[in-house]
Amino acid sequence: MTSAANGDQTLRLELNGITKIYPSVIANEDVSLSVKRGEIHAVLGENGAGKSTLMKMIYGVTHPDAGQMKWEGEPVHVENPAHARSLGIGMVFQHFSLFETLNVVENVALALPGNPDLNELASQITEVSNRYGLPVDPGRLVHALSVGERQRVEIIRCLLQNPKLLIMDEPTSVLTPQAVRKLFDTLRQLAEEGCSILYISHKLDEIQELCHVATVLRDGKVTGHCIPAEETPKSMASLMIGKELPVPERGEPAELGEIRLQLNSLSKSSDDPFGTDLKAIDIEVRSGEILGIAGVSGNGQQELLYALSGEELVDNADAIHVCGKASGRDMPGQRRLLGMGFVPEERLGRGAVPRMSLTENALLTAYHADMLRLGMIQFERISAFARKCIEDFNVKCGGEDHAANSLSGGNLQKFIMGREILLAPKLLVVAQPTWGVDVGAAAFIRQRLIDLRDQGTAILVISEELEELFEISDRIAVIADGRLSPAKMLADTSIDEIGVWMSGMWETPAAAGVDANA
Amino acid sequence: METSILSSILFATIVAGTPLIIVALGQLIAEKAGVLNLGAEGMMAMGAIAGFAVTLHSGNPWLGVLAGMLAGAAMSFIFAVVVLTLMGNQVASGLALSILGVGLSAFIGKPYESDILPTVGALRIPLLADLPIIGDALFNQQALVYFSWALFAGIAWFLYRSRTGLVLRAVGESPSSAHSIGYPVIRIRYLATIFGGAMAGIGGSFLSVFYTPLWVEGMVSGRGWIAIALVVFATWRPFRVLVGAYLFGGVMVAQLFVQGSDLDINIPSQLLSALPYLATIIVLVIISRDQNTVRLNAPVSLGQPYRPEA
Amino acid sequence: MLRLERRPEASQMMSYLSPLIAIVLMLIGGLLLFTALGKDPIEGFKVFFIYPISDSYGVSELFLKATPLMLIAIGLAVGFRANVWNIGAEGQLIAGAIAASAVALYFYEDEGAHILILMVIAGAIGGMLWASIPAFLKTRFNTNEILVSLMLVYVAQLLVSWLVHGPMMDPDGFNFPQSRLFDEPALLPILVEGTRLNLAFSFAVSALLVGYIFMYRSFAGFQMQVAGFAKDAARYAGFSAKRMIWIGLLSGGGMAGLAGMSEVAGPMGQITEHVSNNYGFAAIIVAFVARLNPIGIFFASLLMALLYLGGEQAQQYLALPSSISNVFQGMLLMFLLGSDVFINYRVRWKEAIA
Repeated sequence: MTSAANGDQTLRLELNGITKIYPSVIANEDVSLSVKRGEIHAVLGENGAGKSTLMKMIYGVTHPDAGQMKWEGEPVHVENPAHARSLGIGMVFQHFSLFETLNVVENVALALPGNPDLNELASQITEVSNRYGLPVDPGRLVHALSVGERQRVEIIRCLLQNPKLLIMDEPTSVLTPQAVRKLFDTLRQLAEEGCSILYISHKLDEIQELCHVATVLRDGKVTGHCIPAEETPKSMASLMIGKELPVPERGEPAELGEIRLQLNSLSKSSDDPFGTDLKAIDIEVRSGEILGIAGVSGNGQQELLYALSGEELVDNADAIHVCGKASGRDMPGQRRLLGMGFVPEERLGRGAVPRMSLTENALLTAYHADMLRLGMIQFERISAFARKCIEDFNVKCGGEDHAANSLSGGNLQKFIMGREILLAPKLLVVAQPTWGVDVGAAAFIRQRLIDLRDQGTAILVISEELEELFEISDRIAVIADGRLSPAKMLADTSIDEIGVWMSGMWETPAAAGVDANA
Repeated sequence: METSILSSILFATIVAGTPLIIVALGQLIAEKAGVLNLGAEGMMAMGAIAGFAVTLHSGNPWLGVLAGMLAGAAMSFIFAVVVLTLMGNQVASGLALSILGVGLSAFIGKPYESDILPTVGALRIPLLADLPIIGDALFNQQALVYFSWALFAGIAWFLYRSRTGLVLRAVGESPSSAHSIGYPVIRIRYLATIFGGAMAGIGGSFLSVFYTPLWVEGMVSGRGWIAIALVVFATWRPFRVLVGAYLFGGVMVAQLFVQGSDLDINIPSQLLSALPYLATIIVLVIISRDQNTVRLNAPVSLGQPYRPEA
Repeated sequence: MLRLERRPEASQMMSYLSPLIAIVLMLIGGLLLFTALGKDPIEGFKVFFIYPISDSYGVSELFLKATPLMLIAIGLAVGFRANVWNIGAEGQLIAGAIAASAVALYFYEDEGAHILILMVIAGAIGGMLWASIPAFLKTRFNTNEILVSLMLVYVAQLLVSWLVHGPMMDPDGFNFPQSRLFDEPALLPILVEGTRLNLAFSFAVSALLVGYIFMYRSFAGFQMQVAGFAKDAARYAGFSAKRMIWIGLLSGGGMAGLAGMSEVAGPMGQITEHVSNNYGFAAIIVAFVARLNPIGIFFASLLMALLYLGGEQAQQYLALPSSISNVFQGMLLMFLLGSDVFINYRVRWKEAIA
């Protein structure tokens, strides 16, 4: 490890017995950890383990119910983020705390004390961004920035206050593999200069590459401290989830059948002023295969999904063929009748109505499966359907009468996935199948997708998790800036190549030899 | 002769537009912080009766304006408690505030229906008031007219030049981000809402103390709603509020002039009186046809309840 | 320090209790108001809430007043459930009254049941036409329906004012701004002899029944509820937003128009400038207090009607302006919206951390 980690032994931050209880869940229980000067300290745990809550307490966004925090040896109660910043704590949020309609300088100014002169601040931003290799234009509006650029703004915003401790909450989930490497360089440079870093992640390989020490959380409790360099991903995984990482079983690619989804040079300009335009996208998905689409978020995934589902219609009906029929002008209901199922990225509020029961939520898309008579709802049938879905997909809930928002993210996702799969789709479009879902549920969902493929369904998966796509896809394509790369057979590509493509560079000599959308 | 008519039309337009400017700018601030208060009509009505009653009893119109301001602020405080602390639906609560304010003002105002206040003289600005045509219209006006201009300048500066204004816009754009970098979102929204109420109260008192000057039930007659529409029309920009308010003032005045003139125009007076309302609808249609402009300028969190989870 | 804390799941019980809490708070507010005005609060309470319904005629008047409120509230509730905010029922009521009156006056001195039937149809269509303006502008240009429907209230009031001063004015009425008194065939039949309670009450009850089935049994009602709870989910499921806007506004407009018809063909027997007694706005409160539920609307309408009658009594016996009933109405809604917080939150005592 670097000398900084071993040099000065003063503890920068020390947590003792931190506990935080929410009405329905204990987020943190008796958590203790300590961070040295210049140390890159990983906090490892899967979704819902309580990592974010812990960081919010350190940063003063919320307050612990019990326990003590020491800052540079002194007991401290962090009142609020401004207080944290005055102590020298900076935080880069997973969901950025930026303001879209304000420009970069204004965004930075909002996090600084006093009333900084904006012109002076702009030159400071440029200076810091040059020093740490974080290029960003201070005058631009945030909504015009890419996700990576936004993250840089957040980091610069922290660095301008010369932090002694920088908290990074899942920083790589929005970056290409190459951008991750650049970020790591910046973080290492900071650590060399003496800044401590708390690095929150659930990605084992990253932690091994970057971090000096790691604290592992499970269900809100510390399950171990370790030195990542001395561990294997397997041993860390068992600390994190209590067992080994499950790997889905998959057979050989199934016999390819008919084309179930075909996009013919689909172009669409976004209605949203902050959106991405889709540019001449061609896709073919056949029965019995899973096509994965990778990409950094904000590169047109949303727009593509809206166009596929029918939530946004396209001008040219021929641009989208669902099961052989030109469907670009069809409403979502009509596309379902053709055999399409769709699982959106947002579960609460789009895939399910938060305040409605699971029965009613089943009706949301299952209504055409003989659930109505003369326009009246047949409640018996629909609740039987909901019960079947709960049983078949291991949905943990109080029963089909309970509201969707009473379920955990993973269970709700299983319910939505189950609802769409039970309708026996010929074509299934899934966005972020396991986003924010615990490891067990994620493995379950991936397995069900593979099983469905084996039964002959055509499946399109859009995900920002490369590992996931490499686990389940037969072919992979990349979306970047509203354009889609050619699709490659899984065996013919690598995470590195797809990573390069994610920045939009597939029309290079390296990309030759692509099987042209086989 | 010609110029004197022009001058008096201009004069009346400015007077008619003034309460709209004050109320709409107040609402603009509340909306920029993300709070949609549809109760402007009720707050104006309360401001009008409070202003009228206090002026009548004290003989001092400025005490009346102060009372109107406090009445509007008090009403908006009730609203703020319901929507900010108790997280009530903003649309429904605003409506309730309108119904409550209109009802309460009618109730309080019953004994005052036969009273009339003495006219308050204009505040003449030397030299400038002597300019031809515009002199009288612009510089021989009620003090509140000058106040409305100062308010406009102050708010334009506040929103786009001051740090507090930047924070206010940030809160309206993303309360959760503002909270996570440490701003007291709820407190800021309270202040903005109460400011909006205070301005609505002043606008209401302008009607009953300076404009008519008497009290009749229902005298606000939709101006609160028009002010809310004006903020949308202005796409949340102060200068456009100013322009829009005078446009509406002009429409209101034009119909009065036509009705009052000896011209032999055979239009029912009711149709002319409906013009400001129809104009509001037309203006709303024009602005909402271009959804991108509205979306780019509307405070993102407008009308959304927010509660920091602690 | 007292803190609000989110419940893990919304409390079903509180959603029924909070209207009752609001009513109690309104009563307390009323007692304070009477006291502040130097009136005996107990006497005030009696005059307001007991005297109006102390005999059977009083009760029939209660149902008579509740009729337009039920009609309008059920129509509005259909739209409100889908977040279609039709605030202009007052104007739609006037439009319906105008249309129905036009039929009555056209067939003046004629005989036959067709007159009433045509009046009912005309009333409903009149209200729907008025409501179709915001519906069209909303679906075509995305214009805010709250502001448009509200502006049209003022326009409708001016329109009826012009009509009764002009084309519809009673030729033998000494220039009073009102129409002729309608003939017998243009008046709704009385249900209970010796009272003013008329057939419109059975319209209202039927409307509540139909509304109940639509909201809780039909797929269309389900779709509207989905749209109200989660717009994106409705879009994901493929429910047409435009269709819901039309259904929501037309049902509110149609029912308000029918209420207008039942006023001119009922207790008024003619059309005047003051055809509506703020029913269009009071019905909004009814709909909210009732949680947009038809059974709730039945009872909330009676409560609201009682506030109207109480206001009249207060004017007569306590020398208070009748607008006191609007004060009560406003208080009720405000308290309700405030106490609704307990559906999703509960109060906890929490020690501040040192």
